[in-house]
Amino acid sequence: MAIEITMPALSPTMEKGTLAKWLVKEGDTIKSGDVIAEIETDKATMEVEAVDEGTVAKILVAEGSEDVAVGTPIVVIAEEGEDASDVKPAAAPAPAAAPAPKKEEVFEDTPKAPVTSVAVADPAIPAGTKMVSTTVREALRDAMAEEMRKDANVFVMGEEVAEYQGAYKVTQGLLQEFGPDRVIDTPITEHGFAGLGSGAAFAGLKPVIEFMTFNFAMQAIDHIINSSAKTRYMSGGLVSSPIVFRGPNGAAARVGAQHSQNYASWYAHVPGLIVIAPYDAADAKGLLKAAIRNPNPVVFLENELLYGESFDVPDLDDYVLPIGKARVCREGTDVTIVSYSIAVGESLKAADKLAEEGISAEVIDLRTIRPLDIDTVIESVKKTNRCVVAEEGWPTCSVSSEVSAQLMEKAFDWLDAPVTRATNVDVPLPYANNLEKLALLNAGDIVKAAKAVCYKD
Amino acid sequence: MPRARMKELEPIEILSVLDEDGNFDKELAPDIADEKLIAIFRAMAKARLFDERLLNLQRQGKLGTFAPVRGQEAAQVGAVAAIEASDWLVPSFRETAAMLWRGASLEDIFIFTAGYNEGLAIPDDSNDLPTCVPVASQLPHAVGIAYAQKYRQTGSVVMAFFGDGATSEGDFHEALNFAGVFEVPVVFVCQNNQWAISVPRAKQTRAHSLAQKAIAYGFPGIQVDGNDVLAVLKAARDAVTRAREDCLPTLIECVTYRMGVHTTADDPTVYRDEEEVEEWEDRDPIERLRLHMRSRGLLDDKAEDAMAEELKDEIESAWKSARDTMEGLTDPSMMFDHLFAEPTTPLRAQRNAFEALRDDRKAANE
Repeated sequence: MAIEITMPALSPTMEKGTLAKWLVKEGDTIKSGDVIAEIETDKATMEVEAVDEGTVAKILVAEGSEDVAVGTPIVVIAEEGEDASDVKPAAAPAPAAAPAPKKEEVFEDTPKAPVTSVAVADPAIPAGTKMVSTTVREALRDAMAEEMRKDANVFVMGEEVAEYQGAYKVTQGLLQEFGPDRVIDTPITEHGFAGLGSGAAFAGLKPVIEFMTFNFAMQAIDHIINSSAKTRYMSGGLVSSPIVFRGPNGAAARVGAQHSQNYASWYAHVPGLIVIAPYDAADAKGLLKAAIRNPNPVVFLENELLYGESFDVPDLDDYVLPIGKARVCREGTDVTIVSYSIAVGESLKAADKLAEEGISAEVIDLRTIRPLDIDTVIESVKKTNRCVVAEEGWPTCSVSSEVSAQLMEKAFDWLDAPVTRATNVDVPLPYANNLEKLALLNAGDIVKAAKAVCYKD
Repeated sequence: MPRARMKELEPIEILSVLDEDGNFDKELAPDIADEKLIAIFRAMAKARLFDERLLNLQRQGKLGTFAPVRGQEAAQVGAVAAIEASDWLVPSFRETAAMLWRGASLEDIFIFTAGYNEGLAIPDDSNDLPTCVPVASQLPHAVGIAYAQKYRQTGSVVMAFFGDGATSEGDFHEALNFAGVFEVPVVFVCQNNQWAISVPRAKQTRAHSLAQKAIAYGFPGIQVDGNDVLAVLKAARDAVTRAREDCLPTLIECVTYRMGVHTTADDPTVYRDEEEVEEWEDRDPIERLRLHMRSRGLLDDKAEDAMAEELKDEIESAWKSARDTMEGLTDPSMMFDHLFAEPTTPLRAQRNAFEALRDDRKAANE
């Protein structure tokens, strides 16, 4: 029986890669452990080893092919006794990869199916503005680059941000444009560089501190809270703390319990911090630019799974969004779904499903967690009288808890059903693929909660 | 394949200039004008008197908890006397003497010690940071500020203070490591006062000295007699020159002694012997400088009495004016000030709700 080798996932977030080089040719005999090919991902070049013995029967993906999706069959190995020339691939190879993308799109991952929604125009974008499809990763990079061009006080510091271009390639190209004084690789200590950034901000610079993920920022939380968030207050207003702490937050894909946590409610708890968690690329760009210009400390929570997703970004010279303003990203009349970050995508999917069942859902992206734009939520609830808060995170003392509590206090008389939360399961995120999926919030959970508050389940 | 001694590392120096009787080593002494030495003596005496007044007011319930400086005047004033007005002081929480030398007003320190953040405000023309209470967390800040000086090419250097206990914190290691790697103009001044509340220096580290920790970060360390203001000044000047000219850090360990309480909430008699305190009283930094200056004819009874009178008047007048200022700081709504550059919508709403509640209470009481 012929063995089909597929494009392997060499990192938890890899969705596709370049088949850089074949080290074997058809007819070669291979044994377990032989290196048969080299694959380039957005992070590194890695070798593919054969697991089984046999003969290379058919190479399905040519050397140099880019954007080969994970799981695509790349080679067929004939086992002992089989005639290599007879072996046929078990399934047709995946469609040919897209043409080589432009340089700045190298890390653009395959967009997932677009989420249809009734668009509500963002007042910040003039009518007729050209929209450019951009990944969240590129939008964040563009925001930093634009602010760095504008203001020499802005610099980026963190682990792997310079030579390596960012652990998730968000700082791509910055070292080349701005040099090592402004794009700084640090020794490995989140506590150290968060503290150093705090001091640089006290001295008038505007640091953008990248945490490889916010899971590692737990080590730095004393400087985020006690140094950055309190110094203006404790100095009677005279020492300013203009600093941005940014990086991926929330669950990624199969990175385990210690690397899969949403810290939005942790930071949103702290007076003196601004907390932003955008969903799409335009918000990521407009809000990161606003965060860098803001004279206060900002915790800017990104999402690793969204980095490769593409969205329309307005082609404007200086696209800056207001901090503290939620966005109605889909209008509806029967139920309000309040969300932020990656859960907005699930909420929009849920709204599509609910529409099929005759329920019109309004979806609100909070965008800023602190200060919370509860007024926009209340206005919506006054219209729909029902509310589900959807959050990719734990339920206890969460952002969704806070939204629920404020609705109880401020919109109780407009509610026809209890405000309901749709969140992750309240356990450390399991590592196993099936369990991880079950523990994370998805559109189905939101649909269920929405139907419940509409008394239609 | 040798097994041999590693290349000789830079040795750790020790430095002492002035002995307990006020005699000094002319070769080692820093070059200093008589007026400056008198100013240093005055600053040390002022810090001692002010400390006593603060303690006295705290015991009367008029001020909050604070950390007295008694015994560390030379280690602080000697160090900051080596930096310029345009340089940066990054203090810990016991640097009253250093802050006074740098121009902090007695009135502000009274106001802060009474509990008002307004007293921590830094004058517009000063670069210094306010008091930092979380132990050692000011050290990465100092390195960040030093990075900013290097990046902007200001020519300024940063002097950061901390205690022996702080050297056990991760912040200490991280700050010194970054300072070495980034080569920034910073001087780390460790006030080894022998006690971290009740924990003696020997229980912080098994290392022979704190100064030697610099070796691990790749820059010079020096241990000085911290009760000898001339030695501290000499070591600090060398370090400041290294920072300013070569953009390199230095660690100075000032061996000194906390002659008083850790803070006003502490009673050291339960954990340390009175004999130890008496031994260090004999090495009182102010007394040593006093004897030295008298022997050089820079000080006499008349000048000393006049100075003491002036300082007492200055302190009393600052206390009076602090009380007047604090009268105006009693609006409770001020607790909502300075949280952000501009108040956020929820903060404004909270302030309004607070004020309404207060008005209601006031009306109910009337």
